Amino acid sequence: MITKEQVEHVAKLARLSLTGEEIDLYSKQLSKILDYIDQLNEVNTKGVEPMTQPIPTVNVMREDLVKKQFARDEILKNAPHEEYGFFRVPKIGE
Amino acid sequence: MKDLVNKSAKELNKLFLSKEISAKEIVNAFYKQIEIVEPKIQALNSLTKDLAYKQAEELDQKVSRSDKLGPIAGVPIIVKDVLCVKNYHATCSSKILENFIAPYESTATSNLWSAGAICLAKSNMDEFAMGSSTENSAFKKTKNPWNLNTVPGGSSGGSAASVAAMEAPVSLGTDTGGSVRQPASFCGVVGLKPTYGRVSRFGLIAFASSLDQVGPFARDVYDTALILQHMSGYDPKDSTSLNVDVPDYISKLNIGNLKGKKIGLIKELIGDGIESEVRKSVENSIKILKDLGAEIVEISLPNVKYSVPVYYILATAEASSNLARYDGVKYGHRAQGTKEVLPMYTKTRQEGFGAEVKRRIMLGTYALSSGYYEAYYKKAQQVRKLVTQDFLNSFEKVDLMITPTCPTTAFELGSKVEDPLSMYLSDIATIPASLAGLPAISVPCGFDSKNLPIGLQIIAPALSEELLLSAAYEFEKTCNLFNKTNMKVSAVVVG
Repeated sequence: MITKEQVEHVAKLARLSLTGEEIDLYSKQLSKILDYIDQLNEVNTKGVEPMTQPIPTVNVMREDLVKKQFARDEILKNAPHEEYGFFRVPKIGE
Repeated sequence: MKDLVNKSAKELNKLFLSKEISAKEIVNAFYKQIEIVEPKIQALNSLTKDLAYKQAEELDQKVSRSDKLGPIAGVPIIVKDVLCVKNYHATCSSKILENFIAPYESTATSNLWSAGAICLAKSNMDEFAMGSSTENSAFKKTKNPWNLNTVPGGSSGGSAASVAAMEAPVSLGTDTGGSVRQPASFCGVVGLKPTYGRVSRFGLIAFASSLDQVGPFARDVYDTALILQHMSGYDPKDSTSLNVDVPDYISKLNIGNLKGKKIGLIKELIGDGIESEVRKSVENSIKILKDLGAEIVEISLPNVKYSVPVYYILATAEASSNLARYDGVKYGHRAQGTKEVLPMYTKTRQEGFGAEVKRRIMLGTYALSSGYYEAYYKKAQQVRKLVTQDFLNSFEKVDLMITPTCPTTAFELGSKVEDPLSMYLSDIATIPASLAGLPAISVPCGFDSKNLPIGLQIIAPALSEELLLSAAYEFEKTCNLFNKTNMKVSAVVVG
């Protein structure tokens, strides 16, 4: 069971503002999904190494070279608000 | 013109090389077909006409100068809208990326253009590839060409439907938990998920990075092999890309090697929850495989039944992290009217993401949050290991494995939208191979009484795509549904 308070807390962590209706709905739906997921508790995983990905590659390294990837204005084309060649955002902090 | 759109990628390439048709004629024919069927199917988000005609002109000029041509010259392709094609939209069927123009090219598509392929369009999908019906698109509902009241499957539903409706001979999808194989099954086409690491993920907008793979759709196994061949390979830009040679899949298609092969039928994925008509069709496929000389043995993968819960923790956890980048700062939608940055983030994400994406971000954030990490995320990673171990153990006894691709045939539009869990269970047979990173293919194997296609899934050991493809090729030849597919789909969408 996941309460409305927990839904609100998780929404805050995920930087989502949810409507009252969404909070109700997600509380119900996530509870149902988590009940289903709880069957994992049947499995004995003592000593089992967690698997992060399917292939055994580790620490893929490359030379640390400076390369020109993009022109600044190419990247800024997608910016919702650009000014003086920078990304403009609303006020941060006081 | 109508004859051209019926052709396979292989045939189109041949006609182009023999100078019977120009690349421009090919492009014209497929845009004409798109014009006819698209109002009914709604498979595409945008057409890439400028690019298609530019690529066609370059190809036609090469022909006139007798320059060397790529191995799939003249083959038109539709690309899922989650892959970046430079200077074109990459929306992921999400409002948050509605106006995003890709500033670079994905490696998978770049490889195909270098080999001579032509980009026709970007296809509809479940938002951020999250879904099994393509109904989670923010833009449109794609219909299954076999029956316009049913879903095409998902998340690559647009790519699957477009190939079934002959808007292109081949298309690209992506598969995280079945998003190529499941829609292939629903739309009566072939769909392949390669080994994790076989195809570069560079330029593929991430959903769950430890699972995502790009995979081809086609109307036959040969074309599937052809596209996989020319998009695969090591890419230094993707650190999970495997630095191993790509075998010549095409030359190995014909080796007819089902004789004497041991094929495991996964017991846990043929029992409860599988529709009886689907089961019957798989039993019929077993007969065909036996006639071809394969030995069928029932095998048990005891942990495979936990695959769906494992997947919905791991995929959502990875998604919650991957989708943190959509904050309205550097690209994508930004909410208006907020005075500070934090409300700008939350309002942007509230407005930009659809219900299923939010639900998964919530689930994934919850699974990673303090106090629940061990119980959910770590537990799921451990069970993933056990599922993978089950596959490795069984592949010591068998060469290939089979299951139905999906427990059902295509379901009606709207029938599962209200119940996320029932939607998730549509991927019960495809998720296991994804968790283990194994290559798997869905090939059409029959029809139910409503005349909707059924798919057979074949799974192979890691990096054994040549075995997978040659088995599917031999099966397809004997099953011989291809002409039936062509005729019936034409009747629905054109007639």
